[in-house]
Amino acid sequence: MTTMTEDPWANLKRFTDARIGLGRSGAAMPTREVLNFALSHAMARDAVTTPIDWTPIEKGLSALGLSTLRIASAAGDRSEYLRRPDLGRRLSDASREALVRASEIEAAKPDLVILVGDGLSSLGVAANTLAYMSAFMPYVVKAGWKLSPVLLADDSRVALGDEAGEILGGKAVLVLIGERPGLSSPDSLGVYLTFSPRVGIKDADRNCISNIRQRGLSYDEGTFKTAWLLREAFRRGLTGVNLKDESQFLIEGEPGPELIG
Amino acid sequence: MYRVHAGGTTYAFSSLKELLAKATPHRSGDVLAGVAATSAAENVAAKMALADVPLKQFLNEAIIPYEDDDVTRLIIDTHDAVAFAPVAHMTVGEFRDWLLSESATPQKVSALSPGLTPEMVAAVSKIMRNQDLVLGAKKAHVITKFRNTIGLPGHMAVRLQPNHPTDDKKGIAASIVDGLMYGCGDAVIGINPASDNLTAITDLLLMMDDIIRRFEIPTQSCVLTHVTTTIDAIAKGAPVDLVFQSIGGTEGVNSSFGVTLAHLKEGREAALSIKRGTVGDNCMYFETGQGSALSADAHHGCDQQTIEARAYAVARQFKPLLVNTVVGFIGPEYLYNGKEIIRAGLEDHFCGKLLGLPMGCDICYTNHAEADQDDMDILLMMLGAAGVNFIMGIPGADDIMLNYQSTSFHDALYVREALGLKRAPEFEAWLARIGVTDTTGHLAPHASGNPLLTHAQALAA
Repeated sequence: MTTMTEDPWANLKRFTDARIGLGRSGAAMPTREVLNFALSHAMARDAVTTPIDWTPIEKGLSALGLSTLRIASAAGDRSEYLRRPDLGRRLSDASREALVRASEIEAAKPDLVILVGDGLSSLGVAANTLAYMSAFMPYVVKAGWKLSPVLLADDSRVALGDEAGEILGGKAVLVLIGERPGLSSPDSLGVYLTFSPRVGIKDADRNCISNIRQRGLSYDEGTFKTAWLLREAFRRGLTGVNLKDESQFLIEGEPGPELIG
Repeated sequence: MYRVHAGGTTYAFSSLKELLAKATPHRSGDVLAGVAATSAAENVAAKMALADVPLKQFLNEAIIPYEDDDVTRLIIDTHDAVAFAPVAHMTVGEFRDWLLSESATPQKVSALSPGLTPEMVAAVSKIMRNQDLVLGAKKAHVITKFRNTIGLPGHMAVRLQPNHPTDDKKGIAASIVDGLMYGCGDAVIGINPASDNLTAITDLLLMMDDIIRRFEIPTQSCVLTHVTTTIDAIAKGAPVDLVFQSIGGTEGVNSSFGVTLAHLKEGREAALSIKRGTVGDNCMYFETGQGSALSADAHHGCDQQTIEARAYAVARQFKPLLVNTVVGFIGPEYLYNGKEIIRAGLEDHFCGKLLGLPMGCDICYTNHAEADQDDMDILLMMLGAAGVNFIMGIPGADDIMLNYQSTSFHDALYVREALGLKRAPEFEAWLARIGVTDTTGHLAPHASGNPLLTHAQALAA
């Protein structure tokens, strides 16, 4: 026999992912709900603290014909990374030198620098990077965009791409980064596009596509938006608040600015 | 120059601003800003020096120049010397001793608030332990009214926060029913919208107004959007109860929120003009939080707790119904772990109450902070004991739109059970009338005549 009080409106759960209709044990949550919550939080915590294993991502990108280069921010470890976002936005000295050397080897400047960063969810990067890149590469090939080696960055914030992109001389930088995990979405990937990357650029000068994951924004939709923004960024010479994502007009079959312009 | 000899060393602090920063209990945001004490001993030495500073000195030495900042001007221009007189001769340390003494009655403490500046209360908080922050705040009763009465001693209200990532109306309605059935929603039913579009905002206002009127709930609603959007909504005839705005403690941080003191005045006047309050006219809802000024690069080299207290000087000009410090939302670069979040929540509640504000607290954390629900249990219990006016109520403590964890409807039941705290009286009577609670305020067994249950069945159909 249960001593728990059930909530007769639990059938409203189908309208929301919010934790409604949980029932109660006196004033407290029932045992199963306390433990469900604890598991969700544990997964989100693990997503933040678990170091990323780049090896499978390197192999997968290699299969897509992409070379890679591992770099790191100036943050010494995960704890410092969380306390000092300023260090996560700067390259370590060794990585800066490695990028300078890489830029000297290449004859032509890349159109696009792609940086994959662990950010706040190594789980989000591990779960989504290869699927996203597989869906994105056909756009790259079709447009003929020249890519630099894909940078795989430890302890990174979004703005780390600004310094890396500037050193490599990219026309734009695309940062794929693990987003701050939510309790119900510990594995989300965010994509940030910045035209003419350079140190000190403002967040208002970027475009962002958020919540890319299996149960969120699909890889097809995410890469479609990315490619649309990238074409527009190259055409208009900017990213940020003055470049509104109007790609939905294309999805919905109406003429978008790209077709007009 | 402020000097102190401590532990065989002489410490010197060049300004009140530096002294306040170095006396602050350790937190990551002050380290990030480069204003924190560089050793544990220097931190205590600064507290010792601060304890000897006369309160009057705070009227002579602005931490951000009068000419540079409209919040400083507001603080200086509205200072009430008559209210200040009873403590005008005290140092910061003597003020702490007085506040905690039997002679500081709730009446005397409450009467003092127009005479206190944010920097004075921030200073005294820095030399207080957590338990001092509880007992000090408990003496400052701040009662506000709109459609019910919030802040009575022995009472605690709850904001029902039914957020949904796409503002889906059925999803929001489901969370509202859940919260009301758990006896929450007396502070406000308040939605953080995903969209800032005026039509979408108006739809949410109409939906909540419909629920409040249909079930005759003695509470108020709010859509937490920018003040200028709410002013537009009022002009278009939308049913706005409370005007919301995030605010901070410098002109620069308010500017980063796109808001001026004139906007806030205009917002309040717009809400007053439609006279929707029934038992009172406190119609503003403000949110604040330590670290916002540093985040906006508008902190002027001050510590984040002192700047936070200055935000309350802005709030008190507008006679709010609710002021909410969203303490752990900003992230670990400002408040690193449970210890820092707990301390900051107690400081904010204390400082706000002493300045005469109806303080509530979003007892919360993000998943990249070193904190969990056990830390929130501690802060909730301490704020409940300190007489917090209201807390958040979120289904299962999990906000699926803002992606952070706060307090649940169950947590409100817990703290009521543990401390005997009651709901706003009008709301408590309503809950008993429709059968959600029994006559003692405890949740009653679910009965078929409850109109909310009927509503839930209709929603599901």
